[in-house]
Amino acid sequence: MSEAPENAIRLRKLGRDYGDRPALGGVDLDLAAGASLAVLGPNGSGKSTLLRVLATLLRPSRGEVSVLGSSLPNEAWKLRGRIGYLGHEPLLYEDLTGRENLEFQARLYGIPAGEAAARIESDLKLLGMSRRADYRVSDYSAGMKQRIAICRAVLHRPALLLLDEPDSNLDPEGREAARSLIGRPDELDWESEARVTRVAVSHDPEKARSEADQVLELEIGVAA
Amino acid sequence: MTPSRQAFAAIVGKDLRTELRTMRSLPAMVLFAVTTFIIFRFGLDRTALSGSLASGVIWTTLLFAAVLGINRIFLPEREEGGFDAFRLAPVDRPVLFTAKAAVLFLYLLVLELIVIPVFGVFFLQEWSGLLPLIPVLLATNLGLAALGTLISSMAVNSRARDLLVPLLLLPLVVPLMIAATGATSHLLDAGGPSYDKFGTWLLVLGLYDGVFCLVGYAVFDFLLED
Repeated sequence: MSEAPENAIRLRKLGRDYGDRPALGGVDLDLAAGASLAVLGPNGSGKSTLLRVLATLLRPSRGEVSVLGSSLPNEAWKLRGRIGYLGHEPLLYEDLTGRENLEFQARLYGIPAGEAAARIESDLKLLGMSRRADYRVSDYSAGMKQRIAICRAVLHRPALLLLDEPDSNLDPEGREAARSLIGRPDELDWESEARVTRVAVSHDPEKARSEADQVLELEIGVAA
Repeated sequence: MTPSRQAFAAIVGKDLRTELRTMRSLPAMVLFAVTTFIIFRFGLDRTALSGSLASGVIWTTLLFAAVLGINRIFLPEREEGGFDAFRLAPVDRPVLFTAKAAVLFLYLLVLELIVIPVFGVFFLQEWSGLLPLIPVLLATNLGLAALGTLISSMAVNSRARDLLVPLLLLPLVVPLMIAATGATSHLLDAGGPSYDKFGTWLLVLGLYDGVFCLVGYAVFDFLLED
């Protein structure tokens, strides 16, 4: 494993607006590499926006953002391939099978074919999707889509996991199975090039506090 | 970074596999073109066309059939989160532009392989002009694919994309269509093909292709920003 920067994430007065409407304002954060952060807050407080900014999918409107040692938005390109993002949408092509989606993902990330096949097989097995991996995604239930989306998010073994309500649509068995792929960094069944840092949005404060090293509470447009 | 060639092949392979499985674009394009030829056949009340009239019928039909494919080329990326997945991947963004343009080029090629013979059966008495038509078709396809991919990527995030694509595309495609019809008309003359100004029109097509391939490649990175 290579040395990770001291702080995996460093935010100073981070803000993001949608047009004239502030969605996120004044967020300060220092998160050490290898740590786990829970992001809590009511609907509309900017939790998903924060995750999308960290994932380089949205540009910050103001403030300083440093992720894995790269300053955003200018050095966003350095982070491509180092982030595992699981959002509200599964980011899967409906007309491909679950396995084809993962194979496509592996090719985009330049994972050698043999290694990709082994990872896909092992991740699908962990999430109980081996037998259903060759069904089209359009035929999946929401929970099955979420399981494949989890496989997609970690297939390239990222250094930073950004998870937006990762338990949604999963049954208790699925939640338990998912821990080895997207759980606390010390529970993960895989290794990355650096210590894995985890940021997860949750609506369950009790569970989130018990699982995370650090908690960030957002209020509407402002960090608490 | 993933080698661009590998990412390009992955995207093209994914799109072709999806099209073969769902048949969402090509059948509609072919059906549109064949129906339009039938309407021209009875509307013009002619069993044979030649010269500029034949050229006009071919390119009007192909252009509007192409719009159907252009409208849909980025739809899976928009509706199924493919843009986000691509933006997270360690791939140069213009690779998506070149891959989508290549897919559109292939769609147009398949369309022409099917409908140009249909046009010949309906309207041509002299088929010898079809062979030299091939470079014109290829050059025009390249321009349409580059411009169509660029316009489609700009319009896909709008709810009015079905309106925006023709609104933006059609004015910009006029020079390409003038060159394509100019190059085609003498090839389809009643007495057999003649090559008056053929080279000039091919040069114009090549210049147009070069400009829009370069513009698309250069600006696509910015179009994918939020």
